[in-house]
Amino acid sequence: MTQIPPNLKYSQTHEWVRLENDAATVGITAHAQDTLGDITFVEFPKVGAQLTQNHESGVIESVKAASDLMSPVSGVVTAVNNALDSAPEAINDDPYGAGWLYTVKLADASELNALMDAAAYEKFLESE
Amino acid sequence: MTMKTTVLRPVHTALGAKMAPFGGYDMPIQYADGIIAEHGAARLGAAIFDTCHMGELLLRGPSAAADLDRLLSNDIANLAIGACRYGFLCNDDGGVIDDLITYRQAEAEFMVVINAANEATDFDWIAGRVSNGTSVENVSDATAKMDLQGPKSPKIAASILTHPIDGLRYYRFMRNYYKQTEVTISRTGYTGEIGFEIYCPVDVAADFWNDCVNNGTVPAGLGARDILRLEMGYPLYGHELSADRNAAQSGFTYAISKNKRFIGSDKVLNTSLRDQLLSGISIDGRRTARRGDTVVIDDKTVGTITSACFSPTQTHAIALAYIDKEYAGINTTVSIISGKNLLYGKTTVTPFHKNGTVRADINLYL
Repeated sequence: MTQIPPNLKYSQTHEWVRLENDAATVGITAHAQDTLGDITFVEFPKVGAQLTQNHESGVIESVKAASDLMSPVSGVVTAVNNALDSAPEAINDDPYGAGWLYTVKLADASELNALMDAAAYEKFLESE
Repeated sequence: MTMKTTVLRPVHTALGAKMAPFGGYDMPIQYADGIIAEHGAARLGAAIFDTCHMGELLLRGPSAAADLDRLLSNDIANLAIGACRYGFLCNDDGGVIDDLITYRQAEAEFMVVINAANEATDFDWIAGRVSNGTSVENVSDATAKMDLQGPKSPKIAASILTHPIDGLRYYRFMRNYYKQTEVTISRTGYTGEIGFEIYCPVDVAADFWNDCVNNGTVPAGLGARDILRLEMGYPLYGHELSADRNAAQSGFTYAISKNKRFIGSDKVLNTSLRDQLLSGISIDGRRTARRGDTVVIDDKTVGTITSACFSPTQTHAIALAYIDKEYAGINTTVSIISGKNLLYGKTTVTPFHKNGTVRADINLYL
């Protein structure tokens, strides 16, 4: 079915986190984009905003629905993927690559322990 | 209420459709490639939609035309055999019981095509008001309906049907044959592109569908259908049209005759009852409004959103709204209160999609 890269961490609300030192890149999973359908609009958090784990960090609208984005980690937003403003379909086409949403300077790396690894997320999807 | 399925349900399952309830039926919302791809196929190629859920009533008898003229907002007496026409079935207050297309199949025989959710209401209303010599037969369960739409659809239809379709004009229909089975094919649809609605016996529907798909037609669901119709400003019953909204407020005046009396005409033709009109709103940006959102001008509430979506052809959000008549359709800047968001836009005349092929000469596409 949908691919689940092994090197990422996953939230129960279907966001992924890629960690490089204390910089985290956040996106939504292939399963999430498939469920949402064609994505038409993204509301990003502001660069510099303080995000809290499991709290709202933006909105994704698709041809079918609007959904809150939940932040899988706490920290300060350092960049957002402005290329998605005019081409949000990149999230559908490449959810783990060109469809990344924003980057965060991690406040607390231990929060990652609350997230799932790829194997656990795969099991989580099967149980949903 | 148990959910009904159409005869094409196994086809949808095999195609991996995402299904959802609509009008009492479990209907395909989208297939594997998604709503935007299906929308694009209807605009630029060919798409096929399962519309079997829609209802068909047959009216027969020497007074059938006069009965329909009394029941419907549009003119029926002068409707030619082989032509069809869009109109409203109104209640005594001028509200819309349903919007429908009437096909004149013979001098004294008509097919009326109605919305799925209104089938029982329409049948009871019509059957209870026709004259003694007019029969009303609900043939919905025996009739399959598919919409084949898009600039490539004439070639595909011509390759599958027995008789040529050259010269078939907008809002005209013909008898044709699919293999050995008689079908009705009309130059109508709900997308704004050239195309057909096909009526056939249920037992050949899946074969017809598969023949279209095997000839390059993309299966499309109700998600794409809703965007396509919104880009054209076409109404959807329950959103733009309802029993408690005067038919004339819709602005579809071509569907309302001034030359006759019909049930509700006192109210429909009374221009003082048109305090609001349906208007397009071109929304700034991609974020869409929602049905029920409030439309505001200078802090004054002037209307309500009835439908909205992101428009792939316009690449921004669009909406239809009932708006106080002085502001409708005249390029007035409005705000839309959409949950915690404030959206901005301009009222505009529809269609949003202005270069559709819907009225084109079919011979240019064969």
